[in-house]
Amino acid sequence: MSNHLLFENIDEPGLNTLDVYRARGGYAMAEQALAMARDSIITALKDSGLRGRGGAGFPTGLKASFIPQGKMDKYLVCNADESEPGTFKDRELIQKNPHSLIEGMIIAAYAVGANKSFIFIRGEYQQQAEILEAAIAEAKEAGLLGPNVLGRGVELDMWVHRGAGAYICGEETGLLDALEGRRGNPRLKPPFPANQGLYQGPTLLNNVETLTAITYILKVGAEAYSAMGVEKSSGTKLISVSGNVKRPGNYEIELGMTGRDIIYGLAGGIEDDREVLLWFPGGSSSPVLTKDDLDTPYDYDSLAGAGTMLGSGAIIVADDRNSVVDIAVKTASFYKHESCGKCTPCREGTSWTTKLLKRIQSGEATPMDLDVIDSVCDQIQGNCLCVLGDAMAMPVSSMVRKFRPQFEAHIESARIANEQRLLAELDEQEPVLQGIGAL
Amino acid sequence: MSIRRDPLDPYDRQLVREGQPSPAGPRRSYLPDVPDESLLGQEVRRFEHGSRVPGFRDATDLTKDPSGVPDPAQVPVPAELRAEIEDYMSRYPDHRSAAIPALAAAQRLHGWCSPEAIEQVACVMRLTPGYLTAVVGFYDMLEATPVGRKTVYVCTNISCSLRGGDELLASLKGELGDDPDVNIRGFECLGACDIAPMASIDGTYVGPVAADEIPVLADQIRTGSDPLPAKQLVRRRVADAAANSDDVVRASTDTGTLGPVALGPDRPQDTVPAQTEGPSA
Ligand SMILES: Cc1cc2nc3c(=O)[nH]c(=O)nc-3n(C[C@H](O)[C@H](O)[C@H](O)COP(=O)(O)O)c2cc1C
Ligand code: SF4
Ligand code: FES
Repeated sequence: MSNHLLFENIDEPGLNTLDVYRARGGYAMAEQALAMARDSIITALKDSGLRGRGGAGFPTGLKASFIPQGKMDKYLVCNADESEPGTFKDRELIQKNPHSLIEGMIIAAYAVGANKSFIFIRGEYQQQAEILEAAIAEAKEAGLLGPNVLGRGVELDMWVHRGAGAYICGEETGLLDALEGRRGNPRLKPPFPANQGLYQGPTLLNNVETLTAITYILKVGAEAYSAMGVEKSSGTKLISVSGNVKRPGNYEIELGMTGRDIIYGLAGGIEDDREVLLWFPGGSSSPVLTKDDLDTPYDYDSLAGAGTMLGSGAIIVADDRNSVVDIAVKTASFYKHESCGKCTPCREGTSWTTKLLKRIQSGEATPMDLDVIDSVCDQIQGNCLCVLGDAMAMPVSSMVRKFRPQFEAHIESARIANEQRLLAELDEQEPVLQGIGAL
Repeated sequence: MSIRRDPLDPYDRQLVREGQPSPAGPRRSYLPDVPDESLLGQEVRRFEHGSRVPGFRDATDLTKDPSGVPDPAQVPVPAELRAEIEDYMSRYPDHRSAAIPALAAAQRLHGWCSPEAIEQVACVMRLTPGYLTAVVGFYDMLEATPVGRKTVYVCTNISCSLRGGDELLASLKGELGDDPDVNIRGFECLGACDIAPMASIDGTYVGPVAADEIPVLADQIRTGSDPLPAKQLVRRRVADAAANSDDVVRASTDTGTLGPVALGPDRPQDTVPAQTEGPSA
């Protein structure tokens, strides 16, 4: 179908090998790009309207144009950490079509003049890392990477760097620290990586999907690419749908499709034909939407207008059999576990929000605790070094706001249940008096 | 019952029981969270000073000198490990970047990041063991305590818990919990929410694991055989049925329709999807 670029024939057997990729015209774009002027590639990226697919949605062409010109050590880093709960699109690309990522990286590295590149892949993706390493080895052997890329006198070295399990290494500066061999604590920005990144050198850092899309932008042309999707959110996006849907998985859509079309059309609707309780439109870091928001167009600006974000393009759907309290506890505990601990509002805020939510879950809380959660989340936002703190505060406070009656009902029913359990227990026991009255 | 006072110090008083004390019943708990009986028997890990978290007293022995970069003449490093670490170091402009891959390599050899493993890495990389210990502490996949060699991660994050990830972890733990060779733990989202509930067995993703497959899976983990071959992630087609056009077999939403992925040119692709096999099949 015409609106498939990245996923076109992705299940072709052996696509992860160079021969098959070449047979379908692979690396022609890299060859074409290396014959172009560097500026014209960046201009094409700007014209295409491609926005970062890793979460922040920053225009890719603009980011590439921030990299200083001139002869110096510049780096290209691909962010394949993909630890945002609900996200698994990069996995599919790396596992099935690693060469299109390598081609995109060759083009991007040439455009900004980087001669060393690293792919930071999360340590859990062992099979995917092996496939990628094999693909890079093939490309090196074929002269597509190395001291003289495609015989054009351009140098590009590429290595896969495996992480070891930390969500915060997906944050760009945390990733750079992990890549430098340290604990993955994010750095203060500015300076941004474009000026001072890896080993203090200018660094272009992009998501797997962003870099892969570059190949396809050159293939179809910037104009055709920007004609796809809607204004300000052009092109196609890989989305990962998971949770209580009938057909969970990755889909490639043109931006601007409605949430209902995605969840009920592509993903086949809700299991057992239940109702949607809530859905995360962009990974667990995005504020939740309810079934009333299903008709929101799925693009950067419409979702921002609905008070949430497109994030990494991961849609998690929960049906009405689930309790919003349990989902909130899961969400908050994840961020509590993954907070790197560098800033107090995030380290303490995530931990206390989790404790408060667990108290609500076990029925020891009062409705006032909901206000406390709201104020804690308020104070995290904007007060941290990176946005991991905000990434917990936003979904949790959106759940507390949108589902306050459910939270209050749970607090009340859990309290009554506890009381009755206690009374029943007391009835079973021999009456025992303690203290002064016992004697 | 009466109150006995000390005549010299009227404020020092004591409650005195008279007659038979009433029999002591079971203790009542006023806390709503009555602890689970099974948890009561569990031993809480305590560190030297009685706390449940390691403090700086565990980390530093004040009687010792700070350990510097180990002396290569005194630390024997297996040649293979040394070669692997040196290979990693050569890839980066700054050799310290190899810390995580090097520690992972040492962990593969030693089973966990033991003091010995850390010392060997420190010796090859010319770093202090303290620095590397700090790195180990940050990452979930680097083990700071001895664990089983077979790693089983079960995802318990949002998408998986919506489809029974917590139950999968509990039943797998029930099957395997007493096996000292197996390091089974709940993990954050492993990036495979489409096959929820799922588990990663030594890096091989399998899912969705149905309840009746759990004993089979546990057995395969114990014997080290290929886990649930039909349900491995690498064999799964993309869910987007429209992505594959006619020259490739149409995607189905079932699992297990792809042949095993060939890793590079030297390992030939031995199987193609069943549907594309020619009439000879
Ligand atoms: C806590 C946190 C986690 C992140 N995790 C990822 C990730 O796993 N993968 C990713 O590509 N970007 C992740 N990002 C976004 C990156 O910081 C960065 O914006 C992105 O990689 C830039 O690439 P892009 O412009 O191509 O989107 C994360 C950001 C934050 C704050
Ligand atoms: S916001 Fe949280 S994760 Fe980010 S740097 Fe601060 S403490 Fe670390
Ligand atoms: S939530 Fe389990 S793999 Fe993502």
